[in-house]
Amino acid sequence: MNLDVLTQRSGEWLRGTGPEADIVISSRIRLARNLAEFPFVNRASDAVRAQIEDFLRERIEKLQGRRPLTYLRTSDLEPLDRQFLVERQLISREHAEDHGQCGVGVSSEENVSLMVNEEDHLRMQVLRSGMDLDAAWAEINEIDDLMEQEVAYAFDSQFGYLTACPTNVGTGIRVSVMLHLPALVATKEIQKVFQALQKIGLAVRGLYGEGSQAMGDFYQISNQVTLGKSEIDIMKSIKDVVAQILGYERRVRTALVKENRQALHDQVSRAFGILQNAQTISSEETMHLLSSVRMGVNLGLIDDVEIPTVNELFIQTQPAHLQKLRHQKLESAERNIARAAYIRQRLAENNPHTSA
Amino acid sequence: MKKCEHCSKPAVLHITELQDGSVEAHHLCESCAKEYLTQNSEPESVEVESSLSIDESDDSETSEAVPQEQPPCPNCGITFKEFRSLGRLGCAHDYSHFREELTRLIENIHSEVQHVGKVPKRQPDASRQQFDLIRLKLQLKEAIDEENYEKAAGLRDQIRQVELELRSSSPAT
Repeated sequence: MNLDVLTQRSGEWLRGTGPEADIVISSRIRLARNLAEFPFVNRASDAVRAQIEDFLRERIEKLQGRRPLTYLRTSDLEPLDRQFLVERQLISREHAEDHGQCGVGVSSEENVSLMVNEEDHLRMQVLRSGMDLDAAWAEINEIDDLMEQEVAYAFDSQFGYLTACPTNVGTGIRVSVMLHLPALVATKEIQKVFQALQKIGLAVRGLYGEGSQAMGDFYQISNQVTLGKSEIDIMKSIKDVVAQILGYERRVRTALVKENRQALHDQVSRAFGILQNAQTISSEETMHLLSSVRMGVNLGLIDDVEIPTVNELFIQTQPAHLQKLRHQKLESAERNIARAAYIRQRLAENNPHTSA
Repeated sequence: MKKCEHCSKPAVLHITELQDGSVEAHHLCESCAKEYLTQNSEPESVEVESSLSIDESDDSETSEAVPQEQPPCPNCGITFKEFRSLGRLGCAHDYSHFREELTRLIENIHSEVQHVGKVPKRQPDASRQQFDLIRLKLQLKEAIDEENYEKAAGLRDQIRQVELELRSSSPAT
C-alpha cells in the first residue's frame, strides 16, 4: 500500500453515508485478543515481539475475509507516516509510539484494521460510516472467527478473553460511536449529557480517543465495562444512549433555528467565509469553523459544499496529512499557511460558481 | 527501564530464585543487589513485611485481602505488586495465578466476575458446555422470577442434559 495514494482520498467511513449521518460520523467496534502461547506485549522481549509479529503477520496476510488486507510493518515507517495512520484512525496513538516490531493489516476501503503488538497482541477494528453497529459487529465477528481458526486465543472460562489490562478483559470489546454535537456544545447542554453518561458507566472521548481533546464538537461515546455483559447487550446500551442523544441534539438544533435563524445563518456563513478566504489558519480554528459549517449544511443554511468534503477536511487538515500532501516537513507556522491554501482549494473545487 | 524494587534507581540485576519449587523474581539496582546477595536469606522477609504494612495503612481495600505477598507468576515472573504499579499483566497465566486478587479487582472495575458472551469455538467442548450451563442457569432464574414455569421446566431439562454430557466427557469428576 502506497501511503501517498491514501492522501488523495479518504476512508469509506468518512463518506457521510449510513443511518443518522448528519450527527453520527462513524460506528466502530474493536476486539482485543491475545495469543495463549506468548507473554503479553509489555512483558515480551524484542525477540519475542518479533516472533509474535511474524506469526500474526503471516496469518493476517492469508486471511480469507470479505476484504483483502494489506499489511504494513508500522515499526519500519517514518514517524510522519505513523502519525498519518493515526490521523486516519487506522492505528492508535499508543501503537504509533510503540517501540519494537509491530504492524497493521488494513483494507483498501480503510474500514478494517488489525493492529499487531499494540497493548494486546491483536487489536481488530471495523469502522462504518454513520450509525451502523450491527454491520460493524457482523464483520468484526466474522474476522475474529477466521483468525480463531488459525491461532489459539488466551481465554479463561471465568474471565473470558484475557487481555494485558483487566479493564478490557471478558469480551475484549470496545463499541464506540463518534457524534458531532455542535448544538449541544453551543448551548452548554452537553454537560448534562456527560453527567448522564458517567452515571451509566459509558466513556466520552475526543476525536482521537483516550486523552484527546474534543475538537470540532466531536465526541466518541463508548463502553467501559467489558465483562459480565454480552457483546450484543453492550452494543444495545450504546445504541439506546445514542438514540437519546441524537434526539436531544436535533431538538436543540431545531430550537436554535426557530429562535434565531438569522443569527445562526450569519454564524455558519461567516465560518464558511473565513474558511474560503483565510490565508493562514490553525488546526484548532479550522476544526471549530468546519464544525459550524457542517451544522449549517445539515440544517440547509449552506448549500455550496457537500458533507463528505467537510468530513474529509477534518482529517486532511491534520498536521501529518498536510505534510504528506506537500511532500515536506512543515513547521507549525508553515502548516497554517498550507492548511489555509488547501482548504481554499478544496472549497473552490467543490463549488465551481465561486471559483476564480 | 525497570526500576529497582527497593529504591528508584534503574534495575540492572534480575535475579530469579528457585527454592523448593517456588520461583521468585527480583529486579535490583547494583547497590541493592549487593546487599541482597550478601544477606539473602532471612532479613528479606522482614523488609517485605514492613513495606506491606505501609501499603495497608493507605490502601484499606487490599489490606485484609493480601495478608502476604503472592509468589510471582511462574510463567512470566511478574508479581502482583509489579502489576499494580504497571497496570498491565505479564501473561495469560496471571489470570489463573492471581485469580483471587484479580477477581476482587475485576469486580471493582466491571461489577461482575463472570464472562458472558462470545466463546472461542476452538475451546475444548467442556468449557463451552460450562458456558452453556451458566447461561441456562441464568435464564432459568429469570424464567422463575417471571413465573414462566413452562419455560423454566424446559430450561431445567436442558441443564440436566448439558450436565450429563459434561459428566460423561470428563470421567474424572
